[in-house]
Amino acid sequence: MLVADKVLMKGNEALAEAAIRAGCRFYAGYPITPQNEVPEYMSGHMFAAGGQFIQAESEIAAINMLYGAGGAGIRVMTSSSSPGISLKQEGISYLAGAEVPAVIVNMARGGPGLGGIQPAQSDYFQATKGGGHGDYRLLVLAPESVQEMVDLVDLAFDRADHYRTPVMLLGDAIVGQIMEPVALPEPVDPAALPAKPWATTGTGGTRRKNIINSLYLNPDHLEQHNLRLQAKYAVMDAAERRWTSYQVDDAETVVVAYGSMARIARRAVDMARAAGVKVGIVRPISLWPFPAEGFAASALPVAKRFLAVEMSHGQMVEDVRLAINCRLPVHFFGRAGGVVPTPDEVLAAINRVSGDALQVGHLPAHTDGMLGGDAHE
Amino acid sequence: MNKVFERPAALTDVATHYCPGCTYGIAHRMIAEALDGLQLTGRAVGIASVGCTVLAYDYLECDFQQAAHGRAPAVATGVKRARPDSIVFTIQGDGDLAAIGTAEIVHAAARGENITVFFLNNTIYGMTGGQMAPTTLVGQRSTTSPAGRDASRAGRPIKVSEMLATLDGPAYIERVAMDKPANIARAGRAIRKALANQAAGLGFSLVEILSACPTNWGMTPKEAIARLTSEVVPYFPLGVYRDITAERGQASQNGGEQA
Repeated sequence: MLVADKVLMKGNEALAEAAIRAGCRFYAGYPITPQNEVPEYMSGHMFAAGGQFIQAESEIAAINMLYGAGGAGIRVMTSSSSPGISLKQEGISYLAGAEVPAVIVNMARGGPGLGGIQPAQSDYFQATKGGGHGDYRLLVLAPESVQEMVDLVDLAFDRADHYRTPVMLLGDAIVGQIMEPVALPEPVDPAALPAKPWATTGTGGTRRKNIINSLYLNPDHLEQHNLRLQAKYAVMDAAERRWTSYQVDDAETVVVAYGSMARIARRAVDMARAAGVKVGIVRPISLWPFPAEGFAASALPVAKRFLAVEMSHGQMVEDVRLAINCRLPVHFFGRAGGVVPTPDEVLAAINRVSGDALQVGHLPAHTDGMLGGDAHE
Repeated sequence: MNKVFERPAALTDVATHYCPGCTYGIAHRMIAEALDGLQLTGRAVGIASVGCTVLAYDYLECDFQQAAHGRAPAVATGVKRARPDSIVFTIQGDGDLAAIGTAEIVHAAARGENITVFFLNNTIYGMTGGQMAPTTLVGQRSTTSPAGRDASRAGRPIKVSEMLATLDGPAYIERVAMDKPANIARAGRAIRKALANQAAGLGFSLVEILSACPTNWGMTPKEAIARLTSEVVPYFPLGVYRDITAERGQASQNGGEQA
């Protein structure tokens, strides 16, 4: 891509523009930092695109507006940040249960509670392991840059429609607020998208009624519904795993990081490589499904240990352990509460686990998280 | 021989789950009659809520969405904005609309969303077994006000029609009752008007339908209808609370006009 084909845009604005270009014609949201540029951009551009923007009375109302508009068959999106995403969980469960396609963006900030407004990755559990009530899964995509966010928005709408499921884009205050050159895709014509014969558009007197619903009072019927959902999630689990690797062929220490954290960690990997440390990085792009293949022995032939680096207190660590069946130690380094680790801090953690391998290698796995505490003493 | 009475096409041939003496079934029938009469059934998308009206999608022959508790006005907003040619209506009880869904109904009304709300007020939570609702009258017994609603502890009933009529957004708000033939006929006209308003693009319309709940009031159907007349209607006066549809833009608030 030529530089001339790119425009300099803030992440949140590029996300909004990419959504409109992906055929999104309904956006509802509620102000919360650090994602306010999304509703602001939508309010200025959605109507001209022939769509609808609503500043809702709450995140709860916004997600339920998505349920209505998505159930009526058009592409819909909402965005928020951590406390607001918590409010949306009831609606996300209904979207999953009633199989309504929707894209939900979380520009995550520090928690718990009101927390802060700086970048964090402490909503990993909420995004990947439920969030709302009931047995459901979200496809969760974690961009590391403005360009990747733009690309993943398109994919998110496509997969949401394909599977009839809500899809979450899990960013953070960095990818939302950063300005970067970005190539935007050609606009999609919503009229050219595949038909949604299940949508509530009015019967027109020509077909049986369509019902968007998640209520099954008969337990056998509800179980059947759940089995059907599980079969769908199994297909997603097999087909939607995404990741990238960097410098892993001869890496004995494998850093695992996602989103903007991965960019910082990659810089630390380069610094460690310059000093002769054999280290690489696996970056999950899909957080659910978790890309276990990226951690296979065949993909990481000489790996001796993993180091999960997160802007949280280690919420992804258990998924790394599961991906490798606990066959190697998984160490952890992280900062949280909106503190963004520096490359030097990550480098220190890499050196600690790589250089003192014998020392840390014998530690029981559950104490590995203490490394994070050690690293910022 | 001419057929003079039949099941409306928009009403399914299904036995409802409503209790004997419940007036919700009559309301459903009148909604179906209005949809058919206005030739709107093929464009209609109903929004069922949580509570006794949750199965409305089984009883009306049109597209439906089932909404989370209290969220029907937000869901209806989404449908209407996505499909402006559709006729979108909610059916909500008083727990759904006046307690957990207070924010959604107030803001849908304030935005003047071009939707129709059928608010079935029977002064109690029915489906969950008779708990106190925001509309439960002072002194009324329920499973969570066993000695009768005590205003000093539980406050006083919310008068939804009066409250929403203070907003500039709504086009039409009327309260009707299902207690006697003349009032039921009036309810039918209000339901029809509320749907016709939407078809004409006139904006947010709400019909509050005072209803009887013999099961949770601990009464026979006949006693419940009598209580509707003697206790409920006096507290929730019938009438048109807002109607700017006759002369658009010129608000005329006839608060509390007695039926």
